Amino acid sequence: MMDSASVVDVGRPVSRRPAISRSLRGGLKGGEYAWAVAFVVPYIAVFVTFVAYPVVYGLWMGSEISLYRELFADPIYQSTVVNTALYLALGVNVKMFLALLLSGFFMRPGWWMKVLLLIFVLPWAVPQISTFISIHWMLNGEWGFLNNALYTLFHVEGPYWLNDRWMALGAVIVSHIWKWTPFWTLILLAGRMAIPLEIRDSARVDGATGVRGFVHITFPLLANLYLICTLLSTIFLLGDFNAVTFVSGGGPANSTHVLATLGIRDAFEIANPRLGVAAVMSALPMVIPLVIVLMRKLRTAQVQI
Amino acid sequence: MSTITADARVSSRALSRAHSSVRRRRYLNNAGTVVLSVVLVVWSLAPIYNMVLISLEPEGDVFNDHIWPTVPSLESFWGVLTQGHWYLEHFWHQFANSFYIGTMVTFFALLFGSLTSFAIGRMRIRYGWLVSNAALLTYVIPASFLAIPFYRIMQNYGLADNPWSVIAALVAFATPYAIFVFQEYGRSIPIEVDESARIDGASPPQIYLRIYLPLMAPALVAVGTYALLLAWNEYLYQFLLLSSKASMTVPVALAQFISSDQSPWNYMMATAIIYALPPVAIYYAFRRRMTAGLTMGGVKG
Repeated sequence: MMDSASVVDVGRPVSRRPAISRSLRGGLKGGEYAWAVAFVVPYIAVFVTFVAYPVVYGLWMGSEISLYRELFADPIYQSTVVNTALYLALGVNVKMFLALLLSGFFMRPGWWMKVLLLIFVLPWAVPQISTFISIHWMLNGEWGFLNNALYTLFHVEGPYWLNDRWMALGAVIVSHIWKWTPFWTLILLAGRMAIPLEIRDSARVDGATGVRGFVHITFPLLANLYLICTLLSTIFLLGDFNAVTFVSGGGPANSTHVLATLGIRDAFEIANPRLGVAAVMSALPMVIPLVIVLMRKLRTAQVQI
Repeated sequence: MSTITADARVSSRALSRAHSSVRRRRYLNNAGTVVLSVVLVVWSLAPIYNMVLISLEPEGDVFNDHIWPTVPSLESFWGVLTQGHWYLEHFWHQFANSFYIGTMVTFFALLFGSLTSFAIGRMRIRYGWLVSNAALLTYVIPASFLAIPFYRIMQNYGLADNPWSVIAALVAFATPYAIFVFQEYGRSIPIEVDESARIDGASPPQIYLRIYLPLMAPALVAVGTYALLLAWNEYLYQFLLLSSKASMTVPVALAQFISSDQSPWNYMMATAIIYALPPVAIYYAFRRRMTAGLTMGGVKG
């Protein structure tokens, strides 16, 4: 079966390097070798100074066991873990599922679909801070646009969305889905476009259209891409700081924090950087396996430009 | 003869039934498309409409309950552009800061990324795979998880409140994606091109400048756009590392509003729109390149 690499990359033939390259590999002359080293040194310096060193420093900051005793006893941390789990489970899966369905919808022909796609990607093109601040004010119980619209159109008094933990967390999750569904839809759309026309045509001739075509033809071809996207999206969402910070602000009463925002709060608001690092590091049992699987998957994936 | 006409009658009836069912299905299909389109447009535009609506309110009039601008006014946009509100006294300076950081991040990510991918992919330096794995690892670590130690280290280096601390962080997080895309894209360029230049006596820097970079132009555009938007949209590192009003960038200044009790919401939303215009313009200008470039990568939030 095709993996995502071939699905994404059908358009461009992969050229195999001929034997000449083998002579190049070992055959770098002294001067050329010096140049090659000079070319990689800047990035290695950046990596060591600004990635490896902070990682080691962070591991050292969060290496005391007593920190974790303090952390696990904190009721705010306990609710944060629940929030993070919900944010991950719903944020990633609802978004990816919507993206999968919508990418199929946008495969339809016609100028209207092209215009609609341009409008649809706007949430992704506008910077996060702008949109999340706007959503924050939109959900204001007294003067927010949402409640004004509910009242004007349906004469319904909307609730104070951000004053309740579950509604505020729901608002964060919906905001995330609003912001990032267009992006993943575009990626899955590219994956669908890369399925060769002959496969789609012969499937149609064989009667595999609609749901059956999707289940037996399209999804098997997209499955690996869908999996990579889900994993990447999980990692990105785990590190997401902005949606919570701007939509709910972690409130009411610190009840809607996720690990990324709790770490920053502990480090800078209550001035305990070690506790903040510990909060973030408590996600490592989940991050490490994810990183390992993703690195394997990404190494075999290919990019199309 | 009669059997033939009977057959024809049956088949024509079946045909017309099939026609009407096709027509009904097409009608339902179109109706579904219209409904879904309307839902998607309302869903996508609501928060953006809210931004525009509030930015058009005159000052102090945001506390009302209408859902369209009754007295639209461009006062708040004018206020932002002329730095006319006490909150906005450094707006253009902060805009320039954002632009400066974005340009520098783009430049260094492209430079380091292309040099590294050239050495690994074209010159095939030994242990190059180690460097590409380090880059890949950086790409999949959430940047926000490193913010606290990074902040401490920058303070130790004496780079607190210095734009270069932000540039360093963002270059470190943007370059891996550059290396990843360049290496993959470079595979489509035959190595014989480099080889023949080498035989003609071209030195590595000459091959890099005259052959590699021009052939990589589409990838450079895609990654450059990615890096520019990454830096322009990034918030956490800029918020932690830039604290004075003079060194702040637009998102940090914008976020200050939200924690204030007397937030001037119309000015905030006008600022948010002006801040959003460059990335939206870049996005629509480079749309084709970007959707292609991000097929496997994506904007790391």
